[in-house]
Amino acid sequence: MSAATNARERLARQGKLRQFITPEGVDLELKIASSGLRFGALIVDLGIMLVVLILFSLLIGWLGYSSRSDIFQSIWLLGFFFLRTFWFIGFELGQRAATPGKRLMGIRVVARDGGRLTADAVVARNLIRELEIFLPLMMLGFGAGEDRVSGLTVAAGILWSLTLSLFLLFNKDRMRMGDLIAGTWVVMAQRSKLDQDIAAEADGAATMTFGENELAVYGIYELQELERVLRARDPRAMREVADTIRAKIGRPVAEEDDVFLLAYYRQLKARLERKLLFGKRREDKYASD
Amino acid sequence: MVPTVSAAAAIDAPTFSTVRFRAEREADWIAFDALLTRLEKKGAKGLSSEELLQLPVLYRATLSSLSIARATSLDKALLDHLEALSMRGYFLIYGVRQSRLDRLARFFARDWPLAVQAVWKETLIIVAILLLGGLTSWSLVTSDPQWYYSFVDESMAGGRDPRATVEYLQSTMGHGKAAADEEGGALHVFASFLFTHNSGVSIMSFALGFAFGIPTMMLEFYQGINIGAMVAVFTSKGLGYDFAGWLFIHGTTELFAAALSGAAGLRIGAAVVFPGARSRLQAASDAGRTAGKVMVGVIIMLLIAGLLEGFGRQLITDTVTRYAIGTAMLLFWLAYYYLPRREEAA
Repeated sequence: MSAATNARERLARQGKLRQFITPEGVDLELKIASSGLRFGALIVDLGIMLVVLILFSLLIGWLGYSSRSDIFQSIWLLGFFFLRTFWFIGFELGQRAATPGKRLMGIRVVARDGGRLTADAVVARNLIRELEIFLPLMMLGFGAGEDRVSGLTVAAGILWSLTLSLFLLFNKDRMRMGDLIAGTWVVMAQRSKLDQDIAAEADGAATMTFGENELAVYGIYELQELERVLRARDPRAMREVADTIRAKIGRPVAEEDDVFLLAYYRQLKARLERKLLFGKRREDKYASD
Repeated sequence: MVPTVSAAAAIDAPTFSTVRFRAEREADWIAFDALLTRLEKKGAKGLSSEELLQLPVLYRATLSSLSIARATSLDKALLDHLEALSMRGYFLIYGVRQSRLDRLARFFARDWPLAVQAVWKETLIIVAILLLGGLTSWSLVTSDPQWYYSFVDESMAGGRDPRATVEYLQSTMGHGKAAADEEGGALHVFASFLFTHNSGVSIMSFALGFAFGIPTMMLEFYQGINIGAMVAVFTSKGLGYDFAGWLFIHGTTELFAAALSGAAGLRIGAAVVFPGARSRLQAASDAGRTAGKVMVGVIIMLLIAGLLEGFGRQLITDTVTRYAIGTAMLLFWLAYYYLPRREEAA
């Protein structure tokens, strides 16, 4: 990976970050959810809705059959309507502002202006969904079911409704039509567990010391990648990374990989954090020290 | 924090600052996490009043930890955790200001009627379009009944399920011809079908407002055409008075709701085309919120219309009573929406 691609990647990561300053003056740096995650969430939600609908239909069918009353027919119609209209609205009005699908993907809805996510915004953004999902489906249904409509009209209809559905691909904030109307965003809301600080683990045995020039080859990006590898504890990845570092700083293979990596991580982290206190932030190995 | 002091300390003992920073504050983060989890699961009732008082204190402590950690620590796991925790905290603490009951009461007392008042111009336009559609088809069908079939075809192509629409039309006409003796049985199925169907059309005419409001106006025009054509068929058979009563009992509520949904859509379309001094995005989202409130109201109105249709029409067969109920509903809605309200600090 060259310096240029690395920098580009970091820019892309930053491109998904949005300033979100709380009244206390802290920037929460919300991350815009990717279209892939949102599509995944939609698929999960539609899947669950379908299962619920099937179970509901079986129940109603059984009740209707055993009681021979056609009141269940209207209950089914109403149930279907409420499921379709209020599934998204109901869940997004909850504390977590996310449907089960969104929760699974670790994303949530927030108001773009930083205020409270209000009920009317949730209603507005989800009623537009009717246009984005059900209209294209309906168009497809028409295309299949109706001979009188010419093929060209159907194609135009599908194309038009697809531009509505795919609207979020064409703006950098990944806003659906509904988001635009309601003034909302969908952002990442992953929970992350508080892990042990691996630099602080009491372990006096590792007394390897690295020289200044050995530590000076890496920056913050590499440090955090190293942290990821250390936390994942995959022997093969650790071997690979340890070999790379040894080759880079010119050390012979003398210790266990994990001991070596841990010692290197601690001292690199200490060095970079010390620099941080002096206001020097070295993003990656390509940046100058 | 005085940078020079901790910097000097950090040189002496490299692990000093961040480790101690974490050890000193970790208990707060864990406590905050636990409170948030309970708040998310059970709502504000899950916490004692003491814990509720603690919540903002812990929230601010976590936010300040985040700022310090960003400036001093490179532990990715720690940073991620603090970021996620602060974000959860922010949305919960700034999210729950009112109870759901309060919000509901406020919606019915103020938000809903005020939103409807705000779209009065659009409502008038849509009503005019509905009337225009009705008059057009009425005059055409009266002069040549053959027109009726072309209107019905057109409205089917406008987005309805062909099979269901035939049933809908047949049953509509069936009821109209036998205005006095309702067929029992399948009536409530029909009513709930109509409710879901009409709600679907209303949601559509709202959602389509986005494309500058033009599809909304077309949809409302078709609705007008549909009604006008039916009225024409019945008036030509001399059933106009009864049919209007049959339509009136729920129609005042239902058509009002249809007009409002169109108005909500039109409001959005207008905001996109004429944003005024605001940015287009801001104008669209302002309009979207007003329209969203109107739409909640529209669905409630359609539910009431469905009830009137399913039960009212079945139980009340006297045409005069039907007119009376329809008029009363209309007056009720007009009074509820448009009677001036006292200003209140929002």
